[in-house]
Amino acid sequence: MSARPILEKLAVLADAAKYDASCASSGTVKRDSTDSKGIGSTEGMGICHSYAPDGRCISLLKILLTNFCIYDCRFCINRASSNVERARFSPQEVVRLTLDFYKRNYIEGLFLSSGIIRSEDYTMEQLVEVARILREEHRFQGYIHLKTIAGADPGLVALAGLYADRLSTNVELPTEAGLSSFAPEKKPETIRKTMASVRVGESDAIEAAKSRLIGKAKPPRFAPAGQSTQMIVGADAALDDDILKTATNLYSGYRLRRVYYSAYSPIPDASLDLPPKRPPLMREHRLYQADWLLRFYGFERAEIMEGARGGMLDLAIDPKLAWALQRREAFPVDINRAPRELLLRVPGLGTRAVDRIVSARRLGRLTLGDLAKLTASVKKLLPFIVTPDWRPGRLTDSADLRARFAPPAEQLTLAL
Amino acid sequence: MREVVLETPGDFAEWRNAARRLLADGVPPADVSWRDGGEGASLFGDAAAAASGEKISLPRELVEIADRAICHRDAETPARLYRIVWRALRDRQLLARTTDADVDWLRKADKAIRRDIHKMHAFVRFRRLGEAAARESFAAWFEPSHRILRLAAPFFQRRFYGMDWAILTPDARAIWQDERLSYGPGGTKGEVPDRDIVEDQWRTYYGAIFNPARVKIDAMRSEMPKKYWRNLPEAQDIAPLLAGAEARVERMREAAVSMANPLTDKWRTRVRDEPTLTDEIETLAGLGRALDRCTRCPLHCDATQAVGGEGPKAARIMLVGEQPGDREDLEGKPFVGPAGQLLNEVLYDAGLERRRLFLTNAVKHFKFEPRGKRRLHQNPTTAEIDICRWWLDQERRLVQPEVIVTLGASALRGVTGKSASIRSMRGTVHELAGGTKMIATIHPSFLLRLPDRARAEKERQAFVADLALARKLVA
Repeated sequence: MSARPILEKLAVLADAAKYDASCASSGTVKRDSTDSKGIGSTEGMGICHSYAPDGRCISLLKILLTNFCIYDCRFCINRASSNVERARFSPQEVVRLTLDFYKRNYIEGLFLSSGIIRSEDYTMEQLVEVARILREEHRFQGYIHLKTIAGADPGLVALAGLYADRLSTNVELPTEAGLSSFAPEKKPETIRKTMASVRVGESDAIEAAKSRLIGKAKPPRFAPAGQSTQMIVGADAALDDDILKTATNLYSGYRLRRVYYSAYSPIPDASLDLPPKRPPLMREHRLYQADWLLRFYGFERAEIMEGARGGMLDLAIDPKLAWALQRREAFPVDINRAPRELLLRVPGLGTRAVDRIVSARRLGRLTLGDLAKLTASVKKLLPFIVTPDWRPGRLTDSADLRARFAPPAEQLTLAL
Repeated sequence: MREVVLETPGDFAEWRNAARRLLADGVPPADVSWRDGGEGASLFGDAAAAASGEKISLPRELVEIADRAICHRDAETPARLYRIVWRALRDRQLLARTTDADVDWLRKADKAIRRDIHKMHAFVRFRRLGEAAARESFAAWFEPSHRILRLAAPFFQRRFYGMDWAILTPDARAIWQDERLSYGPGGTKGEVPDRDIVEDQWRTYYGAIFNPARVKIDAMRSEMPKKYWRNLPEAQDIAPLLAGAEARVERMREAAVSMANPLTDKWRTRVRDEPTLTDEIETLAGLGRALDRCTRCPLHCDATQAVGGEGPKAARIMLVGEQPGDREDLEGKPFVGPAGQLLNEVLYDAGLERRRLFLTNAVKHFKFEPRGKRRLHQNPTTAEIDICRWWLDQERRLVQPEVIVTLGASALRGVTGKSASIRSMRGTVHELAGGTKMIATIHPSFLLRLPDRARAEKERQAFVADLALARKLVA
């Protein structure tokens, strides 16, 4: 198998990995190669070394160890019954590629995943082995993200946590019904148990660090960039409400750093019952916005869903605006007096703009002109705010407020 | 009018020394004219030795920003910075005045510089020099928008300590060799090799990781502006990838679904057998496997896993709690969280060994409400307790304890099937059908919630006494 040129295998195994949305290399500890005299560093903030024409960041070498798979998940290009071309890297080949790319400054590190071969444990062992060689034999200090194979032995997961910056286990589909019909071999409880073992590994490492005796060696860190997951959006019948419910459970239960929402995009040799249409990119975008509201804006899921209809977010306007239109009694908000939590609820104000407003208003009352320097666009704010030189009057309650923001309906094109 | 000539534009130390002299002489910003001298007349660092003038105390943040902003190519930069420093000495709040025109300029200039540094960290592409040397060495050609090399180079030192490298820009070059970072004059693209064998692999990767179904050119160009493309080996593939994207997606849509891969069944040998729920479970392990797949009530949807009882089959005392908590849910074992730790201490005081007891819960799945990063415990309903009693009954049937201790009201309901207050049941030994004795007491988490320490200690003593009573019953 190894006689096959590396370029061919790379093409197959990178193509197979591109349906994983995450390419993040941020949120880990700071370290560099000064002490090890090897190569590699992480500086907290990740770096996108390139961008593909799909607008997505390329930060990591994102590949599969192999795309052979004994599972038959119907949404997946690598499912057992697919006729996709198969390939397999040896751990040494992945190590070589990672180091070659890293030394040329193409990447921040490696994101390694794999089809399931032989067993969950065997597959996990292979992934851990790549990380071990990089860390121990090459003193590699760059970023490593390993996929944790749901159902793998917790001992292997613990080992993975010692080498990797981040671990991730994909939920794949947001509801149990979706998972059992599309991924017969995957069990939600197995996925949750694997995430729980990562969470336990993290909290044990934190406890060990707290209770260590003075002078004793520093206990090893466990996946300092935490864990993440991905849900595929639009392949099954799950509603946005179902998706956000699953996300809130994951954030609260397993302290996930990120939940990625990946619009289902057509794959070659697709299964018959999957939508062969364009990926629902706007739906994906609205879900990310809702996710941000949950994590950084103090919103609860139920509040976000007030602006939704039939369990689906409004595609034409963002979820904060949709909520505000249902909650007009909460507006207008006085920019110079409202507490931070209230400012965060104003459509059009992001966390940074709110921070700037809060610090600038200590030195004097802010007018609309001042706001223009602190935020991206004042126009969107107008119906929702009060400043010394602006009152929205009846604008806040006007019936056509949604129409001011929603893009005009597209004219239907007639097929000739 | 004072004229200041800066020999090395972008050198912070040189500008700072000039500014210090001007401030010491009390020269207002309007009376200074700043001018670039010959480019590269002296190199970085040399001017620092000639520090003169009084030290001036400025906000640390301003010094840090000025150190970056001086690299801005805008010819007005030295004058602007001097005016800001002049004003900052008279107005300590200046930097917080985000609506001030000078401060606005400074923030924007700083942002531009930081972005430029970040993009340099991202888009430098090294090419390998020669193959023979023991220590690998690399070189890169890069054209930053501003004079940022000295700000960007330390990153490459931290990252690539174990190899030699040089980064050439039109203004200056940085060289890392023999574990020493040095700077030199600007260079040309021709000094760097025009190819690297690994670039073919990188371009293959770039093409393969692109998803043709999600073309978003604007998103790519806003983060990777065209001005950088000429030094990025992968950028030559953007146009052909885009040109072929629509056709690739169309082929995927139109391709008829093919026959399943003929090897499918061979690969899927390990399709797991689903053991079915059965009333004839004869071992605790078998019970655990069956419990794993319990879907009798909706609690299984959100909890991580069912948490069954733990302890020897021959245990003479069974402790029944309410439901697993956050930690129990994660670990899959009963009484391992804070309440479990407290229980361990109380058991010790009561003279009981945990390993000889059978510990379980009335409800096997964790019921919670997600709130931000935490899961808040919720009491199970009587319906949930009653549905889950089937499992508790199985555990009782297999373990056959002589004494059951119920911890809290939910446990009492789970064991007896009836709701009753603990107070009314406490202190006496009850007899259950079949002759099993039962003692009703509090749940240890009750003690954790008591703010009054004296009361908590009293309750703890009563709890110990209840458990000691159970011990005496089997003595």
